[in-house]
Amino acid sequence: MIDFYDTKTSSVNQAAGQRISLAHGGGGQLTDELVASCVLPRLDNCVLSQLLDSAVFRGAERLALTIDSYVVKPLKFPGGDIGRLAICGTVNDLAVCGATPLAIALSLILTEGLERRVLEEVMDSLAAAALEARVSIVTGDTKVVGRGQGDGIYITTAGVGAAGNHKLHPDEVRPGDTLIVSGPIADHGMAVMLAREMPQVQSVLKSDVAPLNEMIERLLDRVPGVVFLRDPTRGGLSGVVADLANRTGLHITLEEQEIPIRPETWHAADMLGVDPLDVANEGKVLAVVRPDAAEAALAALRQDAHGKDARIIGQVNDERDGVCELHTKMGGRRVLQKPYGEQLPRIC
Amino acid sequence: MNVASAFETSRAAEEPLRRLRDAAATLGRPAKFMEVCGTHTMSAFRSGLHSLIPDNVTLLSGPGCPVCVTSQGDIDQLIELARRPGITLCTYGDMLRVMGSDGSLEQARTEGADVRVVYSSLDAVELAAADRGREVVFAAVGFETTTPASAAAVEQARQLGLENFSILASHKLIIPAMRALLESGDVRVDGFICPGHVAVIIGAAAFEPIVREYHKPCVIAGFEGPQIAAVLARLTELVSQGRAALENLYSQAVTEEGNLAAQTISDRVFTPADWHWRGLGLLKGSGLTLRPEYARYDARARFSLGTPQGREIPGCRCGEVITGRVTPIECKLFGAACTPVRALGPCMVSSEGTCQAWFKYKRLNKTGKARSVARD
Amino acid sequence: MCLAVPAQLIECRGTNATADLHGNRVQISTLLLPNCKQGDWVLLHAGFAIQSLDEREAQETWAVVNDLRNAGAEP
Repeated sequence: MIDFYDTKTSSVNQAAGQRISLAHGGGGQLTDELVASCVLPRLDNCVLSQLLDSAVFRGAERLALTIDSYVVKPLKFPGGDIGRLAICGTVNDLAVCGATPLAIALSLILTEGLERRVLEEVMDSLAAAALEARVSIVTGDTKVVGRGQGDGIYITTAGVGAAGNHKLHPDEVRPGDTLIVSGPIADHGMAVMLAREMPQVQSVLKSDVAPLNEMIERLLDRVPGVVFLRDPTRGGLSGVVADLANRTGLHITLEEQEIPIRPETWHAADMLGVDPLDVANEGKVLAVVRPDAAEAALAALRQDAHGKDARIIGQVNDERDGVCELHTKMGGRRVLQKPYGEQLPRIC
Repeated sequence: MNVASAFETSRAAEEPLRRLRDAAATLGRPAKFMEVCGTHTMSAFRSGLHSLIPDNVTLLSGPGCPVCVTSQGDIDQLIELARRPGITLCTYGDMLRVMGSDGSLEQARTEGADVRVVYSSLDAVELAAADRGREVVFAAVGFETTTPASAAAVEQARQLGLENFSILASHKLIIPAMRALLESGDVRVDGFICPGHVAVIIGAAAFEPIVREYHKPCVIAGFEGPQIAAVLARLTELVSQGRAALENLYSQAVTEEGNLAAQTISDRVFTPADWHWRGLGLLKGSGLTLRPEYARYDARARFSLGTPQGREIPGCRCGEVITGRVTPIECKLFGAACTPVRALGPCMVSSEGTCQAWFKYKRLNKTGKARSVARD
Repeated sequence: MCLAVPAQLIECRGTNATADLHGNRVQISTLLLPNCKQGDWVLLHAGFAIQSLDEREAQETWAVVNDLRNAGAEP
């Protein structure tokens, strides 16, 4: 028996070499070794380290639950990587519903042949993001698929949060309400797209990927007039606002000249022929607030590093046509629709 | 670049729009102007210009989207090549989703075809140089703005002695198309907004024959909303004065003679040929083929592709749309069977296509009232 | 398809150059604009410089553009 284990141990050591193999996903000793060396040291907490089939912990009376998968290509891009994205995306989904993130379940699907070093770097990033967001990863799973399947790493995170008392819902939105965005748009999508389609470009562009729960908590604590929040990820700002107009049946107007965008982001979009309004953000929030709460909301957002460039960008109008309209810089008008999808694949 | 400029935000557009309104009022009667550049189509819509034009002025979109005017047969050949094992097809992004008779390049890619999006034609040459065992074909599509890039790629391939690089050429020339439109008599157009970046290459003077032979004012335009507004204002003024003139309102980038180096490279590699355009039929001297000394870089010859065949899509009126004969809503498929999500014709697929622009942007009429999606 | 953007040439090496688009640096070809040099403002299309631009005109034309575009940038 001991011999067998010794043999196994030495082959574990060998296999615990430079690359991930199929055996690492088998649920056996190699998986244990991978988790012990790559995952636990970075994410360790008393719940996770139990390594039971389920995490058991104190929750809250009302819960919020969300899940997202991350298939971004390339795995690393200026300003972040798939690990950071996997935490921030899910944390932000909880935060915009007024929930305090409690715990995350983490699923990794790795491709045979992935360099261990890459996995370690992604895990480092994931751990740092979790620390920043003050959320724990309490349970997880690792699978490995064959060479040529997957793209190195796919991550799925499910997040559970303690639901707050704030009523944040499209039904709350009324004519006269003000729309606010927390900062310059399109940075994430353009950073990823440039990195992928034009790797030869050295850019100052960086993804804005960041956990916004602290900023949103402060906003909701201080400003009672916030009625709806959304993070404009895939589909961009036009996606979430067009959606909102459609759902509420109200007419929403955005002022093009008020929408913040960095010059380098605009130029990158120009080069690649995409509209920044349609491009994903991973560190921004769109807030709909009562008109008399707009100034207070701006002040609350601007206190946070992630919201210092917050701006009022539009308002909800009286007409009931479910249309989102852009007042252009030229003084004209056009309809803003949810983009049709495939422009920027594998952006998050 | 000085970001904090002296201009107020919309001041750049105020004066041209005022002049346009004044000129339109003076003219009194309706006037139709056509732009022949897909980027102009898109810019005009995105800037909201369509909502600001006086009622008696109409802006028509012409055959200026190179993807839209590429015949079904040409597209089918491209997709067929992409599907052949051992071939890597390089293309600009806007060709990816165009539907052939049997799928698109993108669909071919999901089925395993090696299709790559490139930013520059030279990227395709680089790919071929890096792996001499790989057959690389570049989809050479576009008007005169882009032709020199294809020519430069072919010359570079020759310099490098590449045996594994070729192009599938389906470049188009804008002047023959403008002539054909005017000759057909179908389209009543009072003047043209001329494509600024094509003019950068071919020069302002290239548009003189249109003015001289057909007595239509032609004004060369840049691509920002206020620039297009200024050109519309000028065209309306010229029509009002009964003057057919050629004017260049993009002199920052367009000279009389154009970019001679670019013209020379194009002329060295390509020669005009008759070509089939969607919606316009066979136009004399409107396309480009490789000169005999560059024949080995011709993918059609290399891979024994015959003359482009191809069925048109039943009910698709893209041909009439891009020649300004009908508006998208007059096509029964528009907004019903043909939407940006499930596009049948190239005018809906292409981000510069008239149908896509109408579908995306044109749902508000001038009084700001929205109408239903399908039937605007 | 006619998308062309103004940029400044940071560095020229034979028929290649590095162009700066407001902080984005791209490798481009100067085959179609053989007389351009470092510091020049040019119009870029699909990886090629296709026209040289007068610096002041470029800044004014595209300053208007930038004004239109950047009125919404950081306060």
